[in-house]
Amino acid sequence: MSSIWKDGLWHNNPGIVQLLGLCPLLAITNSAVNAIGLALATLFVLTMSNLLVSIARRALQPEIRIPAYVLIIAALVTAVELVFHAYTPTLHARLGIFLPLIVTNCAIVARAEAFASRQPPQRALADGLAHGIGFGWVLIVIGITRELIGTGRVFAGLNQLIPGATQHGIELFDGGLLMALLPPGAFFALAGLLAIRNLLESRETSEQPVRDS
Amino acid sequence: MSDQTSRRPGVIAGTVKLTLFALVAATIVAAAWQVTRERIATNRHAAKIALFEPVLAGVAFDAVDYANPSRLSPPHDLPGNEAALIYTVSDKNAREVARVYEVSAKGYSGPIRLLIGIDTTSTLTGVRVIAHTETPGLGDWIETSRSDWIDTFTGRSLANTPKDGWRLQKEGGEFAAFTGASITPRAVVNAVKQTLEYDARQRL
Repeated sequence: MSSIWKDGLWHNNPGIVQLLGLCPLLAITNSAVNAIGLALATLFVLTMSNLLVSIARRALQPEIRIPAYVLIIAALVTAVELVFHAYTPTLHARLGIFLPLIVTNCAIVARAEAFASRQPPQRALADGLAHGIGFGWVLIVIGITRELIGTGRVFAGLNQLIPGATQHGIELFDGGLLMALLPPGAFFALAGLLAIRNLLESRETSEQPVRDS
Repeated sequence: MSDQTSRRPGVIAGTVKLTLFALVAATIVAAAWQVTRERIATNRHAAKIALFEPVLAGVAFDAVDYANPSRLSPPHDLPGNEAALIYTVSDKNAREVARVYEVSAKGYSGPIRLLIGIDTTSTLTGVRVIAHTETPGLGDWIETSRSDWIDTFTGRSLANTPKDGWRLQKEGGEFAAFTGASITPRAVVNAVKQTLEYDARQRL
């Protein structure tokens, strides 16, 4: 069981190892709140689709497997979009097209096919949570980084998720580098994260013990 | 032939199962829609009503006919290919003091739904965006949460802004464009101008 969690959160992370779902990952991470919103929505869809696919796995003969995934995932995404529209209308407006586009996040169909379709519901549920959280933390780290560099503040608009929370965010310095908010900023932030991950990974696998003074 | 007949049970079973899946999926969507529909309608309405205050900046008004705007179905002379709404705004004595037009500008990636307030002297009292699908980070500068660009309309009229002024600055007009996005502000400027012209014709 613990390997499921290690895989989802780190070793086989959808965002920084499998590099799946990069479209929303790059597009929506221009602020921490957007990233949190999309992370929550993706987590829910991934977990529920894993669970449903696993429950139905014995009925899923190969010919109808993919159409069945499409149906389940599309229905879940539509439901999530409606819930966001009803309960966090401002965030719904900001996430815009990327909320319905969760349906095309290949991380979700990949987990359904590679894991949930051959594992019992309990394990599939854990796998969905692990990969959902794994994808989510990458989104949120990139979101915080880009918003901070781009505007000098973080968590602007947090009141859209938590009523009563800060609206203008926490200002850490004045101004900001606009590029961090534009598409290149997304690539730089992701590249930075991948570099850190590779560095940690290479230390872990190197035979010599790391002797940092 | 024999190959086909032997496969048939699988096809039928597959069809039945897929139909069941479709039913389950439809049930999920229907349930979510049922639960959220009223809240979504309320949210949409409340978000629009909240915009009337800034759209009618400086107008001493008492009532807006939120429930019964006049509705123009396309084709009409107002901007956009969707239905346009005209709200009448009145003061304490039930005299008309302004009109608020709800129209669509043709944005970069879809219609931009606008509220445009025009008082009885044909002067803009305010413009706000109700909904749009412009590129985040580029075209969304028309939102007040991103910049106060949209307030540059307030106080303008066809009388104080010449015909050539209703363009972007880089095209010789009076309106700023955003870096990397000129279609969005141009669409809004054109829609506002067209609405002012329509309003002027109505008041002749």
